[in-house]
Amino acid sequence: MSKQGNIALSVKNVSKLYGDGCAYCAAPDATLDKNICPECRTVHACRDVSFDLHNGEILGVVGESGSGKSTLMKMLYFDQEASHGTYHIDDFDSSESSVFGLSGQAKRKIRNEILGMVYQNPVYGLKMDFSSMSNIAEKLIAAGSRNVGEMTGTGDHFLDKVNIPLNRKFDPPANFSGGMQQRVQIAKALSNYPPVLLLDEVTTGLDLSVQADVLELIKEIQREMGISMVVVSHDLAIIRMLCDRTMVMLNGEVIEAGITDQILEDPQHAYTQQLVYSIL
Amino acid sequence: MGYVAVKGGTKAIQASVDVYKKKKHISGMDISTEHVKANMNQLIDQVMSEASMYDRNLASHAIKQAEGNMEEAVFLLRAHRSTLPRLYYSTVTNTREMFVERRVSASFKDIPGGQILGASPDFTHRLLDDGITYGSVETEGGIPDEYNYKLDDLPKVIDYLESEGLFTKEAEDNTTPDDITKHSIEFPSSRSQRLQSLTRGQTGAVTSLGYVEIRGYGYSSHPNIGEVRVGQQPVHIDPAGDGDEYYIGDVELTEVEAFMPADDAETSGEGAHEKTFRIGYGLTFGQNETKAIAMSVLDYSLSNPVPSSPTADDEFVLLHIDSVESTGFISHLKLPHYVTFQSVLDRVRQTKGDRD
Amino acid sequence: MKQNYAFLDENSKKEIRRKTLKAIAIPGYQVPFASRELPIARGWGTGGLQLTLSLVGQSDTVKVIDQGSDESVNAVNIRKLIQDTTDVKDTIHTDEATLIQSRHRIPEVPLRPYQILVLQVPLPEPLRPVEPSERITKMLHADREYSGAWLRLFEQIMKYGSITDDADYPVLVNGRYVMAPSPIPRFDNPKMENNDGLILLGAGREKKIYAVPPYTKVTSLAFDDYPFEVESFDDITCRESGLTGVYMDELVDEETGETYYVANDTSFMLEEMNKEGSVR
Repeated sequence: MSKQGNIALSVKNVSKLYGDGCAYCAAPDATLDKNICPECRTVHACRDVSFDLHNGEILGVVGESGSGKSTLMKMLYFDQEASHGTYHIDDFDSSESSVFGLSGQAKRKIRNEILGMVYQNPVYGLKMDFSSMSNIAEKLIAAGSRNVGEMTGTGDHFLDKVNIPLNRKFDPPANFSGGMQQRVQIAKALSNYPPVLLLDEVTTGLDLSVQADVLELIKEIQREMGISMVVVSHDLAIIRMLCDRTMVMLNGEVIEAGITDQILEDPQHAYTQQLVYSIL
Repeated sequence: MGYVAVKGGTKAIQASVDVYKKKKHISGMDISTEHVKANMNQLIDQVMSEASMYDRNLASHAIKQAEGNMEEAVFLLRAHRSTLPRLYYSTVTNTREMFVERRVSASFKDIPGGQILGASPDFTHRLLDDGITYGSVETEGGIPDEYNYKLDDLPKVIDYLESEGLFTKEAEDNTTPDDITKHSIEFPSSRSQRLQSLTRGQTGAVTSLGYVEIRGYGYSSHPNIGEVRVGQQPVHIDPAGDGDEYYIGDVELTEVEAFMPADDAETSGEGAHEKTFRIGYGLTFGQNETKAIAMSVLDYSLSNPVPSSPTADDEFVLLHIDSVESTGFISHLKLPHYVTFQSVLDRVRQTKGDRD
Repeated sequence: MKQNYAFLDENSKKEIRRKTLKAIAIPGYQVPFASRELPIARGWGTGGLQLTLSLVGQSDTVKVIDQGSDESVNAVNIRKLIQDTTDVKDTIHTDEATLIQSRHRIPEVPLRPYQILVLQVPLPEPLRPVEPSERITKMLHADREYSGAWLRLFEQIMKYGSITDDADYPVLVNGRYVMAPSPIPRFDNPKMENNDGLILLGAGREKKIYAVPPYTKVTSLAFDDYPFEVESFDDITCRESGLTGVYMDELVDEETGETYYVANDTSFMLEEMNKEGSVR
């Protein structure tokens, strides 16, 4: 699966701007009005975000809505283009200095073969009218498989793993509950054993008991498969349960990062303190 | 077995053509192209607009030959258009120089230069009237005008809004327009491609989609017609490209400027939004007022898209409003499809498992 | 009214020929062109006809077929227009023709190196059933992202136990572009592979020209364990000619109510029947 290096993903100074920017907000220490430049009104949805994802770890990204965490996720999965910054992926050999600079074809290859993505809204991750089995096959086909028997075998394995009854494997996700849809998404994302899994608010909107099931499943998969994960959530309880390390984002910037326990026990930044104390 | 006999198809088809051509003259009174030209102005205007070919004589001819079928008449003109070499583009023409015959504003009662009602069926009661007498038509092009205004007395209604600071004119775009008859539209489309495609769109299709946009699946609000003007527009060419222009004639045009209240994009921040006006533009050959208004609505919807509205999707609108394309594809369904149907049969039988 | 030679004005023909050259240079790629209106309706073969009209010279011999027959309405109609505006020779014999325009069939007689086969195309975009938007399908072609086309076949297997795409079955050309071969039966797909003649495809309403040059690799999409299958006419013999192994029309005997079959390519059937020592 993974190569020998210790770092699965490495992101340096990644930014996403809506607007042209100006000399004022180009300075790294410029003060913004939340994430908006007071001079040119450019929105800095993500600003100079850097982190490494180690092999086999779960990295949490926590922050309120509008903090830039979902934008970051979309850039990692190439759903959105980054405005600045570099992005390295250990499992992808490339002469480019950053995978952001690759062709559309190469980016698709990374999406299909190295990354797995689970969206908050299953509509983005699944074809609601196709059978669940076909939804899983979509990832396998994209990664190059041309053998129906092998694909349905893999599909059975992962649907079973995420507790979808196999007598419903030909049903479309449109007929499933929200929790089941998320589990199909997870099965699809895992189906070709990608070294990195991205999870964007995967339990938001689910009932508490269903949330617990899905989280337990993610933990179990991580234990079994040793996949590296980036977990985005606004919910500290989820971060606490899943993540080895955590980054806190506010107004597009990372304000604090470290071992999850440490951040929860001894938050340094005023915002993190507010966040932690408000729920503990 | 129908009409793919091994032999004899050619004969049968020729016979069908003959019957069709003879049928036209079985009974009643034949009319001449001149009759069409004199009595069916509105139809001629529609046909010329959809055919994107301005020629009253040929349009009359096409209408007569098509037995009054709009789509067929448009089709005849379009096909003829394909045989003509394309020699020149006209120079830029400005509708402020139009010889206005009719001009109404729905936004202001008292527009500078005044409202000119001209000729329109808008104010008539639609009662079938068997009292109309059809005398001979004496003058070509209708009743001679008795206008007593000067052309430069007719400023546009947008000028007023602009002077009041309620409307900001778009910066002039002097890039050479695309020509959709020489390069097919590519998406995302340019505004020039959209305007050309809309103006040659099928009247009914453009009207229906414009209606969709304002009734509830898009902008969903009432645009204000700043001005509808109809008149004769002079056209010039510059054959040598040296600025020496030659007048080649007038075309009758309908022009619509519709105002849409919108948020000013330039402002942001809490409570800092301002309302402003944006514009939708319609321009057609001939007097086609409803189509031109619908066109202005669609020009607006495609330039200011409301997310997930069908009329904000340029592919959805532009690829489905052409009369020749839609009628052609729908009517082709009656051509034989024996070979493909045999292929379907094979598949259906396979899923039923009665192959073996 | 007087007409131009081959109806279109010379500049239009020149443009179409240029686009055709581009299509030949990039096998399977759909080249946009400014499709002209013709005296026959859009959807009735205007794409094919524009190719024929822009290519036909006075020394050409033209054959026009529809549904395998030289005498079907569409063929008669198109042949008449070509002849009325060019006065070129026509033939029903595939071997004698230099230019063959066809709707829904590739003739049973293999193409020769000097021949051009023009196919009429209603829907040139093989990805349209999975993606309605042109700008997205263009991007998918550019990225060689064809999972959607395969997934469609996979879903058919999940639903019906076998692939159910009938005619216009998608092919991969030269290992690069997935292409709609026009609504020819699957039976004709293999004839495109490594063939001696030039195959041009024209879609008038959709304004696209594409090509399969001679000796090009053309493979029908299929899975390792669900191979591509042509329509089965095993054990079926043409009632008129005794031919086997050709595409058949299925007919019903009005008197006996019995189903019988006749070879679909009528000129081929006549040639075979007129040969000395033929079955009939």
